Amino acid sequence: MKRTVWFGVSLVVIFLIAGLLLPKWLLFLCTMAAANGVVSLGIVLLMRGGVVSFGQGLVFAAGGYAAALLSNKLGVTDALLLTAAGGAAAVLMTAPFAVLLARYRGIFFAMLTLALSMVLYGVLVKMDALGGSDGFTMSRPTLLGMKIADAWSGYVLYSIAVVATGLLSIGARIYFDSSRGLVSLAIRENELRVEYLGASVTRVMAANFLLAAFLGGAGGALAIMALGHIEPNFSYWTTSGEFVFVAILAGHTGVLGAFAASFVLELVRSFSSSYFPNTWQMALGIFLLIVIRFFPRGLGSLIKK
Amino acid sequence: MSPVLSAKSLSKHFDGVVAAEAVTIAVAAGERVGLIGSNGAGKTTFVNLITGYLKPDAGAIELDGRDVTALGPREIERLGVARSFQIPQLCAEMNVLDNILVAAACGGEALSFWQPAHTAQTRERALALLERFALGAHAERRVAELPGGIRKLLDIAMSLTRRPRLLLLDEPTSGVSVEEKFPMMETVMAAIAGETHSEGTAVLFVEHDMEIVTRYASRVVAFYSGRVLADGAPATVLADADVRRHVTGGQI
Repeated sequence: MKRTVWFGVSLVVIFLIAGLLLPKWLLFLCTMAAANGVVSLGIVLLMRGGVVSFGQGLVFAAGGYAAALLSNKLGVTDALLLTAAGGAAAVLMTAPFAVLLARYRGIFFAMLTLALSMVLYGVLVKMDALGGSDGFTMSRPTLLGMKIADAWSGYVLYSIAVVATGLLSIGARIYFDSSRGLVSLAIRENELRVEYLGASVTRVMAANFLLAAFLGGAGGALAIMALGHIEPNFSYWTTSGEFVFVAILAGHTGVLGAFAASFVLELVRSFSSSYFPNTWQMALGIFLLIVIRFFPRGLGSLIKK
Repeated sequence: MSPVLSAKSLSKHFDGVVAAEAVTIAVAAGERVGLIGSNGAGKTTFVNLITGYLKPDAGAIELDGRDVTALGPREIERLGVARSFQIPQLCAEMNVLDNILVAAACGGEALSFWQPAHTAQTRERALALLERFALGAHAERRVAELPGGIRKLLDIAMSLTRRPRLLLLDEPTSGVSVEEKFPMMETVMAAIAGETHSEGTAVLFVEHDMEIVTRYASRVVAFYSGRVLADGAPATVLADADVRRHVTGGQI
Protein backbone atom coordinates (compact mmCIF):
# COMPACT_ATOMS: atom_id res chain seq x y z
CA MET A 1 0.00 0.00 0.00
CA LYS A 2 2.87 2.37 0.84
CA ARG A 3 4.30 1.82 -2.64
CA THR A 4 0.96 2.71 -4.22
CA VAL A 5 0.71 5.91 -2.19
CA TRP A 6 4.27 6.98 -2.97
CA PHE A 7 3.88 6.20 -6.65
CA GLY A 8 0.59 8.12 -6.78
CA VAL A 9 1.94 11.12 -4.92
CA SER A 10 5.05 11.18 -7.14
CA LEU A 11 2.89 11.17 -10.28
CA VAL A 12 0.75 14.00 -8.90
CA VAL A 13 3.87 16.09 -8.20
CA ILE A 14 5.24 15.37 -11.68
CA PHE A 15 1.95 16.42 -13.29
CA LEU A 16 1.77 19.56 -11.13
CA ILE A 17 5.25 20.58 -12.26
CA ALA A 18 4.52 19.63 -15.88
CA GLY A 19 1.40 21.80 -15.75
CA LEU A 20 3.56 24.90 -15.32
CA LEU A 21 5.07 24.23 -18.76
CA LEU A 22 1.89 23.39 -20.66
CA PRO A 23 0.08 25.86 -22.94
CA LYS A 24 -3.41 26.99 -21.84
CA TRP A 25 -5.31 24.90 -24.38
CA LEU A 26 -3.50 21.77 -23.25
CA LEU A 27 -4.05 22.59 -19.58
CA PHE A 28 -7.80 22.72 -20.19
CA LEU A 29 -7.68 19.55 -22.24
CA CYS A 30 -5.79 17.75 -19.44
CA THR A 31 -8.22 19.08 -16.83
CA MET A 32 -11.18 17.66 -18.75
CA ALA A 33 -9.30 14.41 -19.40
CA ALA A 34 -8.70 14.06 -15.65
CA ALA A 35 -12.34 14.86 -14.77
CA ASN A 36 -13.76 12.50 -17.39
CA GLY A 37 -11.09 9.90 -16.63
CA VAL A 38 -12.32 9.64 -13.02
CA VAL A 39 -15.84 8.90 -14.28
CA SER A 40 -14.48 6.20 -16.60
CA LEU A 41 -12.41 4.84 -13.72
CA GLY A 42 -15.76 4.15 -12.06
CA ILE A 43 -16.79 2.08 -15.08
CA VAL A 44 -13.42 0.29 -14.96
CA LEU A 45 -14.19 -0.54 -11.32
CA LEU A 46 -17.55 -1.98 -12.38
CA MET A 47 -15.93 -3.88 -15.26
CA ARG A 48 -13.69 -5.66 -12.78
CA GLY A 49 -16.87 -7.19 -11.36
CA GLY A 50 -18.07 -8.10 -14.84
CA VAL A 51 -20.64 -5.36 -15.53
CA VAL A 52 -20.60 -2.16 -17.60
CA SER A 53 -22.77 0.86 -16.89
CA PHE A 54 -24.22 2.60 -19.95
CA GLY A 55 -25.62 5.32 -17.72
CA GLN A 56 -22.64 6.80 -15.90
CA GLY A 57 -23.89 10.18 -17.14
CA LEU A 58 -26.39 9.90 -14.28
CA VAL A 59 -23.74 10.21 -11.59
CA PHE A 60 -21.69 12.64 -13.68
CA ALA A 61 -24.70 14.97 -13.86
CA ALA A 62 -25.64 14.40 -10.21
CA GLY A 63 -22.16 15.42 -9.09
CA GLY A 64 -22.02 18.38 -11.45
CA TYR A 65 -25.47 19.75 -10.54
CA ALA A 66 -24.82 19.22 -6.82
CA ALA A 67 -21.52 21.13 -6.98
CA ALA A 68 -23.07 23.95 -9.03
CA LEU A 69 -26.10 24.25 -6.75
CA LEU A 70 -24.01 24.19 -3.59
CA SER A 71 -21.90 26.99 -5.03
CA ASN A 72 -24.75 29.11 -6.38
CA LYS A 73 -27.39 28.58 -3.70
CA LEU A 74 -25.46 27.85 -0.50
CA GLY A 75 -22.20 29.69 -1.16
CA VAL A 76 -19.99 26.63 -0.76
CA THR A 77 -17.15 27.47 -3.13
CA ASP A 78 -14.14 25.46 -2.01
CA ALA A 79 -13.08 23.28 -4.95
CA LEU A 80 -12.01 20.24 -2.94
CA LEU A 81 -15.16 20.39 -0.82
CA LEU A 82 -17.30 20.66 -3.96
CA THR A 83 -15.52 17.65 -5.48
CA ALA A 84 -16.24 15.55 -2.40
CA ALA A 85 -19.82 16.87 -2.28
CA GLY A 86 -20.31 15.94 -5.94
CA GLY A 87 -19.23 12.39 -5.19
CA ALA A 88 -21.44 12.19 -2.10
CA ALA A 89 -24.48 13.56 -3.98
CA ALA A 90 -24.04 10.90 -6.68
CA VAL A 91 -23.85 8.18 -4.03
CA LEU A 92 -27.02 9.50 -2.35
CA MET A 93 -28.86 9.61 -5.65
CA THR A 94 -27.91 6.06 -6.68
CA ALA A 95 -28.01 4.36 -3.25
CA PRO A 96 -31.73 3.44 -3.50
CA PHE A 97 -31.02 1.50 -6.72
CA ALA A 98 -27.76 -0.15 -5.67
CA VAL A 99 -29.12 -3.42 -4.28
CA LEU A 100 -31.58 -3.79 -7.17
CA LEU A 101 -28.94 -3.19 -9.84
CA ALA A 102 -26.44 -5.45 -8.06
CA ARG A 103 -28.67 -8.41 -9.00
CA TYR A 104 -28.45 -7.78 -12.73
CA ARG A 105 -25.68 -8.66 -15.16
CA GLY A 106 -24.74 -8.04 -18.77
CA ILE A 107 -27.07 -6.09 -21.02
CA PHE A 108 -29.76 -5.88 -18.31
CA PHE A 109 -27.46 -3.99 -15.94
CA ALA A 110 -26.25 -1.77 -18.79
CA MET A 111 -29.76 -0.90 -19.98
CA LEU A 112 -31.12 -0.29 -16.48
CA THR A 113 -28.34 2.19 -15.75
CA LEU A 114 -28.95 3.81 -19.13
CA ALA A 115 -32.66 4.09 -18.33
CA LEU A 116 -31.93 5.77 -14.98
CA SER A 117 -29.62 8.31 -16.60
CA MET A 118 -32.22 9.12 -19.26
CA VAL A 119 -34.90 9.57 -16.59
CA LEU A 120 -32.64 12.15 -14.93
CA TYR A 121 -32.04 13.78 -18.31
CA GLY A 122 -35.79 14.05 -18.87
CA VAL A 123 -36.33 15.56 -15.43
CA LEU A 124 -33.49 18.07 -15.87
CA VAL A 125 -34.74 19.20 -19.29
CA LYS A 126 -38.22 19.88 -17.90
CA MET A 127 -37.07 21.53 -14.67
CA ASP A 128 -37.05 25.29 -15.18
CA ALA A 129 -35.65 25.87 -11.69
CA LEU A 130 -32.43 24.23 -12.90
CA GLY A 131 -32.34 26.11 -16.19
CA GLY A 132 -34.17 23.51 -18.25
CA SER A 133 -32.38 22.40 -21.41
CA ASP A 134 -30.05 25.45 -21.26
CA GLY A 135 -28.70 24.59 -17.82
CA PHE A 136 -27.01 27.30 -15.80
CA THR A 137 -23.59 28.74 -15.02
CA MET A 138 -21.47 28.42 -11.95
CA SER A 139 -19.00 30.97 -10.66
CA ARG A 140 -15.34 30.10 -10.33
CA PRO A 141 -14.57 28.09 -7.18
CA THR A 142 -12.12 29.06 -4.45
CA LEU A 143 -9.27 26.99 -3.09
CA LEU A 144 -8.78 26.69 0.67
CA GLY A 145 -10.55 30.03 1.18
CA MET A 146 -8.54 31.88 -1.47
CA LYS A 147 -9.92 33.34 -4.67
CA ILE A 148 -8.34 32.10 -7.87
CA ALA A 149 -6.75 34.88 -9.91
CA ASP A 150 -7.71 35.11 -13.60
CA ALA A 151 -4.14 34.71 -14.79
CA TRP A 152 -3.72 31.45 -12.86
CA SER A 153 -7.22 30.06 -13.15
CA GLY A 154 -6.31 27.48 -15.84
CA TYR A 155 -3.37 26.12 -13.90
CA VAL A 156 -5.16 26.13 -10.52
CA LEU A 157 -8.19 24.28 -11.93
CA TYR A 158 -5.78 21.84 -13.59
CA SER A 159 -3.96 21.38 -10.25
CA ILE A 160 -7.23 20.78 -8.41
CA ALA A 161 -8.16 18.15 -10.99
CA VAL A 162 -4.72 16.51 -10.77
CA VAL A 163 -4.73 16.38 -6.95
CA ALA A 164 -8.34 15.18 -6.71
CA THR A 165 -7.93 12.53 -9.40
CA GLY A 166 -4.59 11.56 -7.87
CA LEU A 167 -6.19 10.92 -4.49
CA LEU A 168 -9.13 9.06 -6.02
CA SER A 169 -6.79 6.98 -8.18
CA ILE A 170 -4.66 6.01 -5.18
CA GLY A 171 -7.86 4.99 -3.41
CA ALA A 172 -8.98 3.00 -6.45
CA ARG A 173 -5.62 1.21 -6.73
CA ILE A 174 -5.71 0.28 -3.04
CA TYR A 175 -9.24 -1.02 -3.53
CA PHE A 176 -8.28 -3.03 -6.63
CA ASP A 177 -5.45 -4.67 -4.65
CA SER A 178 -7.60 -5.37 -1.58
CA SER A 179 -9.24 -8.69 -0.78
CA ARG A 180 -12.58 -7.18 -1.86
CA GLY A 181 -10.98 -6.06 -5.12
CA LEU A 182 -9.69 -9.59 -5.75
CA VAL A 183 -13.11 -11.06 -4.99
CA SER A 184 -14.61 -8.59 -7.52
CA LEU A 185 -12.40 -10.12 -10.18
CA ALA A 186 -13.48 -13.58 -9.07
CA ILE A 187 -17.15 -12.56 -9.37
CA ARG A 188 -16.46 -11.52 -12.95
CA GLU A 189 -15.36 -15.09 -13.65
CA ASN A 190 -17.41 -17.32 -11.39
CA GLU A 191 -19.93 -15.76 -9.06
CA LEU A 192 -21.51 -19.10 -8.17
CA ARG A 193 -18.22 -20.22 -6.62
CA VAL A 194 -17.78 -16.93 -4.78
CA GLU A 195 -21.21 -17.34 -3.22
CA TYR A 196 -20.39 -20.94 -2.25
CA LEU A 197 -17.16 -19.72 -0.67
CA GLY A 198 -19.16 -17.54 1.70
CA ALA A 199 -19.03 -14.02 0.21
CA SER A 200 -22.11 -12.04 -0.75
CA VAL A 201 -21.92 -11.28 -4.47
CA THR A 202 -24.80 -8.81 -4.19
CA ARG A 203 -23.07 -6.82 -1.46
CA VAL A 204 -19.79 -6.65 -3.38
CA MET A 205 -21.57 -5.54 -6.56
CA ALA A 206 -23.68 -2.97 -4.71
CA ALA A 207 -20.56 -1.52 -3.05
CA ASN A 208 -18.82 -1.39 -6.44
CA PHE A 209 -21.81 0.46 -7.90
CA LEU A 210 -21.70 3.05 -5.11
CA LEU A 211 -17.94 3.50 -5.36
CA ALA A 212 -18.30 4.00 -9.11
CA ALA A 213 -21.04 6.53 -8.38
CA PHE A 214 -18.73 8.47 -6.06
CA LEU A 215 -16.03 8.57 -8.72
CA GLY A 216 -18.57 9.68 -11.33
CA GLY A 217 -19.98 12.39 -9.10
CA ALA A 218 -16.53 13.70 -8.22
CA GLY A 219 -15.70 13.73 -11.95
CA GLY A 220 -18.87 15.69 -12.64
CA ALA A 221 -17.95 18.28 -10.01
CA LEU A 222 -14.44 18.64 -11.45
CA ALA A 223 -15.85 19.04 -14.96
CA ILE A 224 -18.38 21.74 -14.02
CA MET A 225 -15.66 23.70 -12.19
CA ALA A 226 -13.53 23.65 -15.34
CA LEU A 227 -16.40 24.40 -17.73
CA GLY A 228 -18.31 26.88 -15.55
CA HIS A 229 -21.60 25.75 -17.06
CA ILE A 230 -23.81 22.71 -16.64
CA GLU A 231 -26.70 21.39 -18.73
CA PRO A 232 -28.80 18.23 -18.93
CA ASN A 233 -26.48 16.83 -21.61
CA PHE A 234 -24.23 15.72 -18.74
CA SER A 235 -26.79 12.92 -18.24
CA TYR A 236 -27.50 12.22 -21.92
CA TRP A 237 -26.73 8.76 -23.31
CA THR A 238 -24.02 10.00 -25.67
CA THR A 239 -22.09 11.38 -22.69
CA SER A 240 -22.39 8.00 -20.97
CA GLY A 241 -21.25 6.39 -24.21
CA GLU A 242 -18.04 8.40 -24.18
CA PHE A 243 -17.27 7.19 -20.67
CA VAL A 244 -17.82 3.60 -21.78
CA PHE A 245 -15.62 4.27 -24.81
CA VAL A 246 -12.80 5.42 -22.52
CA ALA A 247 -13.28 2.48 -20.15
CA ILE A 248 -13.06 -0.01 -23.03
CA LEU A 249 -9.97 1.75 -24.31
CA ALA A 250 -8.50 1.59 -20.82
CA GLY A 251 -9.34 -2.04 -20.01
CA HIS A 252 -10.03 -3.31 -16.52
CA THR A 253 -6.50 -4.16 -15.44
CA GLY A 254 -5.29 -0.84 -14.08
CA VAL A 255 -6.02 2.70 -12.99
CA LEU A 256 -3.72 4.76 -15.18
CA GLY A 257 -5.26 3.35 -18.35
CA ALA A 258 -8.48 5.29 -17.69
CA PHE A 259 -6.62 8.61 -17.71
CA ALA A 260 -4.43 7.70 -20.67
CA ALA A 261 -7.55 6.70 -22.62
CA SER A 262 -9.43 9.81 -21.51
CA PHE A 263 -6.52 11.98 -22.65
CA VAL A 264 -6.46 10.20 -26.01
CA LEU A 265 -10.21 10.77 -26.42
CA GLU A 266 -9.90 14.48 -25.64
CA LEU A 267 -6.94 14.79 -28.01
CA VAL A 268 -8.67 12.96 -30.87
CA ARG A 269 -11.87 14.92 -30.24
CA SER A 270 -9.99 18.23 -30.18
CA PHE A 271 -7.98 17.67 -33.37
CA SER A 272 -10.61 15.75 -35.29
CA SER A 273 -13.30 18.38 -34.67
CA SER A 274 -10.90 21.02 -35.99
CA TYR A 275 -9.88 19.21 -39.15
CA PHE A 276 -12.96 17.14 -40.02
CA PRO A 277 -15.80 18.37 -37.79
CA ASN A 278 -18.55 16.29 -39.36
CA THR A 279 -16.84 12.92 -39.23
CA TRP A 280 -14.70 13.08 -36.11
CA GLN A 281 -16.70 10.31 -34.42
CA MET A 282 -15.56 8.05 -37.27
CA ALA A 283 -11.94 8.70 -36.29
CA LEU A 284 -12.80 7.71 -32.74
CA GLY A 285 -14.48 4.54 -33.97
CA ILE A 286 -11.49 3.54 -36.07
CA PHE A 287 -9.18 4.21 -33.15
CA LEU A 288 -11.33 2.04 -30.87
CA LEU A 289 -11.29 -0.80 -33.42
CA ILE A 290 -7.50 -0.64 -33.59
CA VAL A 291 -7.21 -0.79 -29.79
CA ILE A 292 -9.65 -3.71 -29.52
CA ARG A 293 -7.77 -5.58 -32.27
CA PHE A 294 -4.25 -5.10 -30.92
CA PHE A 295 -4.83 -4.52 -27.16
CA PRO A 296 -7.91 -6.56 -26.24
CA ARG A 297 -7.27 -5.91 -22.53
CA GLY A 298 -7.09 -2.16 -23.18
CA LEU A 299 -4.41 0.50 -22.96
CA GLY A 300 -4.13 -0.24 -19.24
CA SER A 301 -2.53 -3.61 -20.04
CA LEU A 302 0.10 -1.79 -22.06
CA ILE A 303 0.95 0.46 -19.10
CA LYS A 304 1.09 -2.54 -16.77
CA LYS A 305 3.57 -4.30 -19.05
CA MET B 1 -21.54 -37.26 20.29
CA SER B 2 -24.18 -35.27 18.37
CA PRO B 3 -23.84 -35.54 14.59
CA VAL B 4 -22.30 -32.75 12.54
CA LEU B 5 -24.94 -33.24 9.86
CA SER B 6 -28.42 -34.52 10.40
CA ALA B 7 -30.70 -34.75 7.38
CA LYS B 8 -34.21 -35.78 8.40
CA SER B 9 -36.76 -37.13 5.92
CA LEU B 10 -35.63 -34.91 3.05
CA SER B 11 -37.83 -34.94 -0.03
CA LYS B 12 -37.42 -33.13 -3.31
CA HIS B 13 -39.45 -33.55 -6.49
CA PHE B 14 -38.95 -31.93 -9.90
CA ASP B 15 -42.20 -31.93 -11.90
CA GLY B 16 -43.15 -35.34 -10.59
CA VAL B 17 -39.63 -36.79 -10.82
CA VAL B 18 -38.45 -38.01 -7.42
CA ALA B 19 -34.96 -36.61 -6.70
CA ALA B 20 -35.08 -37.28 -2.95
CA GLU B 21 -37.66 -39.19 -0.92
CA ALA B 22 -37.53 -39.36 2.88
CA VAL B 23 -33.73 -39.28 2.94
CA THR B 24 -32.46 -39.52 6.50
CA ILE B 25 -28.71 -39.48 7.11
CA ALA B 26 -26.64 -38.46 10.13
CA VAL B 27 -22.88 -37.90 9.84
CA ALA B 28 -20.53 -37.68 12.82
CA ALA B 29 -17.32 -35.63 13.05
CA GLY B 30 -14.39 -37.29 11.34
CA GLU B 31 -16.49 -39.79 9.36
CA ARG B 32 -15.66 -40.52 5.71
CA VAL B 33 -18.91 -41.28 3.96
CA GLY B 34 -19.09 -42.43 0.34
CA LEU B 35 -22.34 -41.68 -1.49
CA ILE B 36 -22.97 -44.12 -4.33
CA GLY B 37 -25.74 -44.64 -6.84
CA SER B 38 -26.35 -44.68 -10.56
CA ASN B 39 -26.90 -41.46 -12.49
CA GLY B 40 -30.11 -39.79 -11.38
CA ALA B 41 -30.18 -41.70 -8.08
CA GLY B 42 -30.21 -38.46 -6.07
CA LYS B 43 -26.61 -38.12 -4.82
CA THR B 44 -25.93 -34.66 -6.21
CA THR B 45 -29.45 -33.53 -5.27
CA PHE B 46 -28.63 -34.56 -1.71
CA VAL B 47 -25.39 -32.54 -1.81
CA ASN B 48 -27.28 -29.56 -3.28
CA LEU B 49 -29.89 -29.79 -0.53
CA ILE B 50 -27.26 -29.91 2.20
CA THR B 51 -25.40 -26.89 0.79
CA GLY B 52 -28.58 -24.83 0.40
CA TYR B 53 -28.49 -24.67 -3.40
CA LEU B 54 -31.83 -26.50 -3.45
CA LYS B 55 -34.59 -26.24 -0.86
CA PRO B 56 -36.31 -29.49 0.19
CA ASP B 57 -40.05 -29.88 -0.35
CA ALA B 58 -40.19 -31.58 3.05
CA GLY B 59 -37.83 -32.53 5.85
CA ALA B 60 -35.15 -30.71 7.82
CA ILE B 61 -31.38 -30.27 7.79
CA GLU B 62 -29.42 -29.64 10.97
CA LEU B 63 -25.78 -28.71 11.37
CA ASP B 64 -24.44 -29.29 14.85
CA GLY B 65 -28.03 -29.32 16.06
CA ARG B 66 -28.97 -26.02 14.34
CA ASP B 67 -31.76 -26.02 11.75
CA VAL B 68 -30.33 -24.70 8.47
CA THR B 69 -33.11 -25.85 6.13
CA ALA B 70 -34.05 -22.33 5.10
CA LEU B 71 -30.52 -20.95 4.75
CA GLY B 72 -28.74 -20.21 1.45
CA PRO B 73 -25.35 -21.52 0.29
CA ARG B 74 -23.46 -18.53 1.71
CA GLU B 75 -24.92 -18.80 5.21
CA ILE B 76 -24.43 -22.57 5.25
CA GLU B 77 -20.82 -22.22 4.14
CA ARG B 78 -20.24 -19.79 6.98
CA LEU B 79 -21.48 -22.46 9.41
CA GLY B 80 -18.65 -24.74 8.29
CA VAL B 81 -19.92 -26.60 5.23
CA ALA B 82 -17.69 -26.54 2.16
CA ARG B 83 -18.01 -28.30 -1.14
CA SER B 84 -16.14 -29.07 -4.30
CA PHE B 85 -17.80 -29.58 -7.65
CA GLN B 86 -18.04 -32.37 -10.22
CA ILE B 87 -16.97 -29.81 -12.82
CA PRO B 88 -14.36 -27.65 -11.05
CA GLN B 89 -15.72 -24.17 -10.34
CA LEU B 90 -12.64 -21.96 -10.63
CA CYS B 91 -11.62 -18.53 -11.84
CA ALA B 92 -9.96 -19.65 -15.03
CA GLU B 93 -8.28 -16.37 -15.97
CA MET B 94 -6.68 -15.96 -12.54
CA ASN B 95 -3.64 -17.90 -11.38
CA VAL B 96 -3.75 -20.78 -8.91
CA LEU B 97 -2.52 -18.71 -5.96
CA ASP B 98 -5.14 -16.02 -6.55
CA ASN B 99 -7.87 -18.66 -6.59
CA ILE B 100 -6.79 -19.78 -3.12
CA LEU B 101 -6.55 -16.16 -1.94
CA VAL B 102 -10.09 -15.55 -3.21
CA ALA B 103 -11.31 -18.59 -1.26
CA ALA B 104 -9.51 -17.40 1.87
CA ALA B 105 -10.87 -13.85 1.49
CA CYS B 106 -14.45 -15.03 0.92
CA GLY B 107 -14.32 -17.14 4.03
CA GLY B 108 -12.88 -14.36 6.19
CA GLU B 109 -14.84 -12.20 8.63
CA ALA B 110 -15.45 -9.26 6.28
CA LEU B 111 -14.05 -8.32 2.90
CA SER B 112 -11.71 -5.40 3.39
CA PHE B 113 -11.79 -2.34 1.16
CA TRP B 114 -8.11 -1.61 1.79
CA GLN B 115 -6.28 -4.60 3.33
CA PRO B 116 -4.20 -6.06 0.47
CA ALA B 117 -5.18 -9.53 -0.72
CA HIS B 118 -1.50 -10.31 -1.26
CA THR B 119 0.46 -10.05 1.98
CA ALA B 120 3.39 -12.15 3.15
CA GLN B 121 1.06 -13.87 5.61
CA THR B 122 -1.79 -14.65 3.19
CA ARG B 123 0.64 -15.84 0.52
CA GLU B 124 2.45 -18.07 3.00
CA ARG B 125 -0.81 -19.67 4.14
CA ALA B 126 -2.04 -20.12 0.59
CA LEU B 127 1.24 -21.64 -0.56
CA ALA B 128 1.26 -24.02 2.43
CA LEU B 129 -2.21 -25.23 1.45
CA LEU B 130 -1.13 -25.61 -2.17
CA GLU B 131 1.87 -27.65 -1.05
CA ARG B 132 -0.44 -30.06 0.79
CA PHE B 133 -2.16 -30.64 -2.53
CA ALA B 134 1.15 -30.86 -4.40
CA LEU B 135 0.16 -27.71 -6.31
CA GLY B 136 2.97 -25.44 -5.12
CA ALA B 137 4.76 -25.63 -8.46
CA HIS B 138 1.63 -24.38 -10.26
CA ALA B 139 1.01 -21.38 -7.96
CA GLU B 140 1.71 -18.72 -10.57
CA ARG B 141 0.14 -20.55 -13.51
CA ARG B 142 -3.13 -19.42 -15.05
CA VAL B 143 -5.88 -21.91 -14.25
CA ALA B 144 -7.09 -22.03 -17.87
CA GLU B 145 -3.75 -23.61 -18.84
CA LEU B 146 -3.93 -26.43 -16.28
CA PRO B 147 -4.92 -30.07 -16.95
CA GLY B 148 -8.16 -31.46 -15.53
CA GLY B 149 -6.62 -33.37 -12.60
CA ILE B 150 -4.83 -30.28 -11.30
CA ARG B 151 -8.04 -28.28 -11.59
CA LYS B 152 -9.87 -30.92 -9.56
CA LEU B 153 -7.26 -30.66 -6.82
CA LEU B 154 -7.42 -26.87 -6.83
CA ASP B 155 -11.21 -26.99 -6.62
CA ILE B 156 -10.94 -29.16 -3.49
CA ALA B 157 -8.10 -27.06 -2.05
CA MET B 158 -10.29 -23.95 -2.33
CA SER B 159 -12.99 -25.62 -0.29
CA LEU B 160 -10.54 -26.36 2.52
CA THR B 161 -9.32 -22.82 3.21
CA ARG B 162 -11.67 -22.44 6.18
CA ARG B 163 -11.10 -25.84 7.78
CA PRO B 164 -14.74 -26.86 7.41
CA ARG B 165 -16.75 -29.03 9.80
CA LEU B 166 -18.29 -30.84 6.85
CA LEU B 167 -16.71 -31.25 3.42
CA LEU B 168 -18.74 -32.43 0.44
CA LEU B 169 -16.81 -33.70 -2.57
CA ASP B 170 -18.87 -34.20 -5.70
CA GLU B 171 -17.18 -36.92 -7.77
CA PRO B 172 -13.61 -35.93 -6.91
CA THR B 173 -12.08 -38.40 -9.37
CA SER B 174 -14.47 -38.03 -12.31
CA GLY B 175 -12.66 -37.13 -15.51
CA VAL B 176 -9.33 -38.20 -14.01
CA SER B 177 -7.36 -41.00 -15.66
CA VAL B 178 -7.35 -44.44 -14.01
CA GLU B 179 -3.67 -44.25 -13.04
CA GLU B 180 -4.12 -40.80 -11.49
CA LYS B 181 -7.21 -41.61 -9.40
CA PHE B 182 -5.57 -43.27 -6.42
CA PRO B 183 -2.59 -40.88 -6.11
CA MET B 184 -5.08 -38.04 -6.33
CA MET B 185 -7.31 -39.43 -3.59
CA GLU B 186 -4.23 -40.09 -1.44
CA THR B 187 -3.24 -36.44 -1.86
CA VAL B 188 -6.76 -35.23 -1.10
CA MET B 189 -7.22 -37.37 1.98
CA ALA B 190 -3.76 -36.48 3.33
CA ALA B 191 -4.47 -32.78 2.73
CA ILE B 192 -7.85 -33.05 4.46
CA ALA B 193 -6.17 -34.73 7.42
CA GLY B 194 -3.64 -31.88 7.53
CA GLU B 195 -6.21 -29.10 7.25
CA THR B 196 -8.87 -30.73 9.33
CA HIS B 197 -11.12 -29.06 11.88
CA SER B 198 -10.04 -29.60 15.50
CA GLU B 199 -12.90 -32.09 16.10
CA GLY B 200 -12.30 -33.83 12.79
CA THR B 201 -13.75 -32.83 9.46
CA ALA B 202 -16.58 -35.04 8.28
CA VAL B 203 -16.24 -35.87 4.59
CA LEU B 204 -19.03 -36.91 2.24
CA PHE B 205 -17.95 -37.83 -1.22
CA VAL B 206 -20.02 -38.78 -4.22
CA GLU B 207 -18.23 -41.47 -6.19
CA HIS B 208 -18.88 -43.97 -8.97
CA ASP B 209 -15.62 -45.89 -8.63
CA MET B 210 -16.23 -48.64 -6.09
CA GLU B 211 -12.51 -49.27 -5.55
CA ILE B 212 -12.15 -45.64 -4.42
CA VAL B 213 -15.19 -46.01 -2.19
CA THR B 214 -13.92 -49.25 -0.64
CA ARG B 215 -10.51 -47.79 0.09
CA TYR B 216 -11.40 -44.32 1.37
CA ALA B 217 -14.88 -44.50 2.92
CA SER B 218 -15.52 -45.64 6.47
CA ARG B 219 -19.21 -45.79 5.65
CA VAL B 220 -21.23 -46.02 2.46
CA VAL B 221 -24.72 -44.72 1.67
CA ALA B 222 -26.29 -46.15 -1.49
CA PHE B 223 -29.00 -44.17 -3.30
CA TYR B 224 -31.60 -45.45 -5.72
CA SER B 225 -34.46 -43.39 -7.20
CA GLY B 226 -33.97 -40.66 -4.60
CA ARG B 227 -34.14 -43.08 -1.68
CA VAL B 228 -31.48 -44.51 0.63
CA LEU B 229 -31.13 -48.11 -0.41
CA ALA B 230 -28.49 -49.10 2.15
CA ASP B 231 -26.35 -47.38 4.77
CA GLY B 232 -23.47 -48.98 6.65
CA ALA B 233 -19.92 -50.29 6.48
CA PRO B 234 -18.54 -50.48 2.92
CA ALA B 235 -18.26 -54.26 2.87
CA THR B 236 -21.83 -54.71 4.10
CA VAL B 237 -23.39 -52.16 1.75
CA LEU B 238 -21.49 -53.29 -1.34
CA ALA B 239 -22.45 -56.91 -0.65
CA ASP B 240 -26.14 -56.02 -0.33
CA ALA B 241 -28.20 -57.74 -3.03
CA ASP B 242 -30.27 -54.62 -3.83
CA VAL B 243 -27.15 -52.47 -4.07
CA ARG B 244 -25.55 -54.99 -6.41
CA ARG B 245 -28.66 -55.07 -8.55
CA HIS B 246 -29.42 -51.31 -8.70
CA VAL B 247 -26.11 -49.57 -8.08
CA THR B 248 -22.92 -51.47 -8.63
CA GLY B 249 -24.23 -54.00 -11.12
CA GLY B 250 -21.80 -56.53 -9.69
CA GLN B 251 -18.83 -54.19 -10.11
CA ILE B 252 -17.17 -55.43 -6.92
